[in-house]
Parts: sequence; C-alpha cells; structure tokens
Amino acid sequence: MHEFRVQVGPAAFRIGSAWRAPIDQLAHLYRDYPQPDFTDFTVRLEPTTWLRRWLRPSVAIGGDYMLPDAAPLPLAQGLLAAEMAMNLQMALGWRRHLLLHASAVERDGRVLVMTGQSGSGKSTLSALLGSEGWRFLGDEFVLLDPVTGNVVPFPRLISLKNEAIAAMQSAQPDARFGPLLAGTPKGDIRHVVPPADAIAQMGQGGAPALLLFPRYGYPGAVREVAPGETFMRLTQASTNYVALGEAGFITLTRFVKSVPSRAIDYQSGDEAIALVEKLWERLA
Amino acid sequence: MSRDAMLLVDALRDPATTRGLDAQGWTELLSMARAEQLVGTLAERLKIESVPPKVAEILAEARINADYQHRSALWEADCARRALAGYGGKVVLLKGTAYVASGLKAGEGRSIGDLDILVARDDLSQVEEALLAAGWEWVKPDPYDDAYYRDHMHELPPLIHKERDRMIDVHHTILPLTARRRPDAVAMLGRSKPLPFRGGVGAGPVSVAQGLTSPTPDPSPEGEGRLHTLAPTDMVCHSAAHLFADGDLAGGLRNLWDIHCLLGEFSSAEFWVQLRSRASLHQLSEPVERAVRLAHQLYGTQIPQEWAGWDRQDKWYVARLTARDGWGRPTRQFIRLIFYIRSHWLRMPLLMLARHLWVKWRKG
Repeated sequence: MHEFRVQVGPAAFRIGSAWRAPIDQLAHLYRDYPQPDFTDFTVRLEPTTWLRRWLRPSVAIGGDYMLPDAAPLPLAQGLLAAEMAMNLQMALGWRRHLLLHASAVERDGRVLVMTGQSGSGKSTLSALLGSEGWRFLGDEFVLLDPVTGNVVPFPRLISLKNEAIAAMQSAQPDARFGPLLAGTPKGDIRHVVPPADAIAQMGQGGAPALLLFPRYGYPGAVREVAPGETFMRLTQASTNYVALGEAGFITLTRFVKSVPSRAIDYQSGDEAIALVEKLWERLA
Repeated sequence: MSRDAMLLVDALRDPATTRGLDAQGWTELLSMARAEQLVGTLAERLKIESVPPKVAEILAEARINADYQHRSALWEADCARRALAGYGGKVVLLKGTAYVASGLKAGEGRSIGDLDILVARDDLSQVEEALLAAGWEWVKPDPYDDAYYRDHMHELPPLIHKERDRMIDVHHTILPLTARRRPDAVAMLGRSKPLPFRGGVGAGPVSVAQGLTSPTPDPSPEGEGRLHTLAPTDMVCHSAAHLFADGDLAGGLRNLWDIHCLLGEFSSAEFWVQLRSRASLHQLSEPVERAVRLAHQLYGTQIPQEWAGWDRQDKWYVARLTARDGWGRPTRQFIRLIFYIRSHWLRMPLLMLARHLWVKWRKG
C-alpha cells in the first residue's frame, strides 16, 4: 500500500492506495497540512478485483467505515475516491461534534454557516467569500462543538463542480488546483486548495452568528426561516444527529435558538456576496 | 511488517498488552477492531487502561456509537413486541439484542445490526401477517430466493420496516433446514425465559440476576405479552451453532467474544453439565466444544478441565478468525475460500448445492 497521512481540523486520516498516483495528488494538494502520527480513520483505495489493478483500473472506496453499495471509480478519479472515502469516515464515524452538511466562513471571530442541497452553491460561495475578506472554514461539513456550541473548522480541499470551476479559476487564478476530473457521477469536478490562512488557523473556531440557506439560479430574494423549519432542515442536514442522542438535540437546539437564519436566492456570485454582506451587517 | 488480528485478540483478552503500542500499533489495532465490528467492545475493555489522549477520543466515540445502536436495537425490539401483541406465542430475542436486553456482559459495547427473533414454526404465517400489517416489507422480491428461504432456511426471508429502514429476521430454528445438524427449536422455545419487564419505551436493560436466573414476581408469571430470551445453555448453543455450524466465520472474532462472555458469566458446575447435555440434544456437541476450546485458547475463558484440549483442526479456525491485517483488510484468501466452501457444504447436501449454485449462476 502507498500511504499518505493528513490532519484536517480535528480529524486525522491515513490513506492507503494500491496505486501511486492518487497518493501523489493528495500529497501535492495537502502539502501545507500537518501529517499526524495518530490517525482517527483509515481510508483504502483498492482494485475491485485483482485484474482491475492493471486492466482498466477500478478503485473500490474502502476504509474503516464503508457503504456496502458504493460504486467504484476509474483510477483517473482516484483523488475523488479518496475525498469521498474521507467524507464517508466523517459521516459514519465522527461523533465528537454534531456534523452538519454545510459550508462555513469566519470574520471577526464569528461564523457564517451555509447549508443546502447539492447544487445550492454553498461550496462555491464559501470559496468565493474565502478570498473576499473572510476565512474559509470548510465547504463540506460544519462541526458544532457540543460543549461550547462553537463551529470547529474542517478546511478540506474545496470541491468545485461544473460551472463553478471556471468561475473560481477567473476569481482566483493563482490558487492551487487539482486535476480536472471529467465525467464523474457528479459531473466535472476540480479540487482547489483552501487559502493559506484557512490551513494555518484550522485549529481555531468561532461562534456561529448567521445561518443561510442559499439557492442558486433563482432571482435575488431573501426569506425568513422560522426556527421550527430551521431545526427540521438541520436534522436532515446532519449525518450524526440521531446517533448523538441527547447531546445532538441539546447542541442543535442551542444553535437554532441563538443563530438567526435566512433563505437566499441568487443568480451570480457577485449578487450572492452582496446579499451576504448586507445580511451579515444587519443580523450578525 | 503488518500484523494479523491476534493483536486485537490480545488487546481484548488482556488490555495491558496495549501498553507497549506506539502510534502505528494503535492505528492498526483500531482499524482491525472496526473491521471486525469490535471497536465498541474494545472501548469497554480499555475503560480502565490509561491510553494516549488521541486513542481515548476514538474510544469515547465508539461508546457513543454502541449506546446509539443499543438504544435503536431495544426500540426496534419493542416495536416488534407491539406489532406482535396479539400473538399468543413466545417471541424470543436472539443475539445482540437479547444480550443487551438482559444486561449481559456480551452486550457491553457490542455492535448490533438487524433484529433477530425466534418463534414457533407452526405460527410463522401468523407472525408474518402481523409484521406485514405493522409496516414491515419484503426485501427480496425474487421468487426463487423467496421460495428458497421458505422451503430450506431457518428463517423467513428478511423483512425491512418501510419507515424505520430496519431489518428483522424471523427465525423458527437456528440452523438451515437443509443442514445435517437439527437443533431442537421446540425445546429452545420451551426453556426460554420472559424478560422481567413488559417492554415499552423507557424499559431499559435489566441485570442478569433479575433477567435470567430469578424472574421477579410479576402479575403474569407466564410472561404473557413479554419478550423472551433463550436459557443460558441454549444461548451458548445458538451462538456456537451460528459461529461454527453455519456461515464462513465472517465476524467470527465478535461471535467468539460473545461466547467468551456468556461462558464467563454463566459458569457454574451445574451450567457446564447442562451445557454438555443441551449441546447433545441439539446435535451441536462438536461446535459447542470447539467454541469452548477456542474461546479459552484466544480469549482466556476459564473452562473446566474436561472441556480443555486441542483438536488438530483448531489451528485452521484460528488462522481464519485472525485473517486480517493492519489496514483492516481481509488476508489469507485461500483459507477464507476453504471456509466459504465449507459453509455451503454444511448448509446443504451436494446435489442440492449444485442445483442452487446453478440457478444463482444463471440469474447472474
């Protein structure tokens, strides 16, 4: 097994691969991250059958936690396989924080959380804000500390999809991009390394101050979201709310009670950023 | 150099063996434990050990997961109890859910997936109807599979609840009907004991002293409307049958740990005598003896002199049980294959096996 270890926020991963290439890509993209001794999770990229190591190589997504019906990926998408497997470990195994499928950015020690379905633009928005005076905390999972109620950063590689790739390349031409992964199950994907401050300060969280439900592709609009609806939507957005039991309920209740929330529609990145700034000034 | 799962066996048997582990050793141990569904059990065993802080966090997480699984399992058992409230016969909890509901050591930290229950074979259609009416549905729509289960297996085809997405296996005996060994399911049901509570939300686990040895006084001494568990000797017979007379030893280290805990907790001069006769009644003497020997060999279970010994086949079982590396990967593919073939051989006569594999192969 070729091996690479990486620390992202509070979680440490050991990634083993039957092939060299995905490990090289990970090592290149994660080169500014700490490399831990102890790891929380093991990820394995292995051929689906012995023949698939060489002939039309096919990567089975494996590790400590696995889905029985996870579809394999071609070796060219090995980096994506590793990222998906790391997400899976968090979703199925992480119990130290309440996990929300959401993105987050920070300013003045206070945190903006954005959640929504795939395609809502929460990932792209967090990446854009990360270069507009905010600190990027993560685009996949938001970790809520059950003791303090704070958001704990989890600044993984940013995963850009389809039209967001070009948008990001023109907004941040100097950023470090991974290879273009064309024709994945989720369309075209390209990873980008978070800004330097996101990695350097990944041990430092902040109190949540505003929750947004962005929706891309609709005329600009802002709608209030009642606490009951927010609570229900966040239980859906959490991968471990049920497993945490009472601790999960207490953490989520505190979050919903203390953080104002709005749904926003937008049609371009600039429009969204302007909306976010306005709401932040008014509510946070 | 990668180790095999003897590292995990050692840690479970004697937690002090983990004191010498470095970061790499811990990483490998935890990956093995997760792969063998034993990380919750390991967390319980290491409670009194002082472990590195990073490891302590992972073990705390494993305890949260185990608590969650136990909560879900008891809830699911209670859902089944309510669905079967109108059924007059005994409903016996099996495996993990039974251990947790009875407060047995085998339940501590144990991972639990599906709900397994045992009912009388003559009542299967009644039980099936009641479960279907309460929201459970068939998982296998394939008519061959369905007929296969009904004609030859020891359980109904698996049912899944449409809202909770949880599986229930309804057994009427403990080995496939096609297997050479024929355990006496009627005798097992006859000796099963009611749990000392009527179920219901909030009815948590009860201690073994109350649960299995001396039922507390209850308005319904027959245990009507309550869930049951197998008598101690039958519990061991079932676990041993599951491990050594059925299947390919997948998850074997966990099942053997169950047996280790059950033997340790039930052990008395009388128990060991009863176990011998009960195993013989169920035609399970050989698997039970092997289970006792291997539990002693691997986990250090205290067993009477007359149960000790060594069979020349035992080493292959040990090799199969510990066939996992420090990445959590299955190893020793040839031994695994042999045990896989053996599992089919145990389950059905050769001609029937050939027909079964032929149909399965044609269906692709």
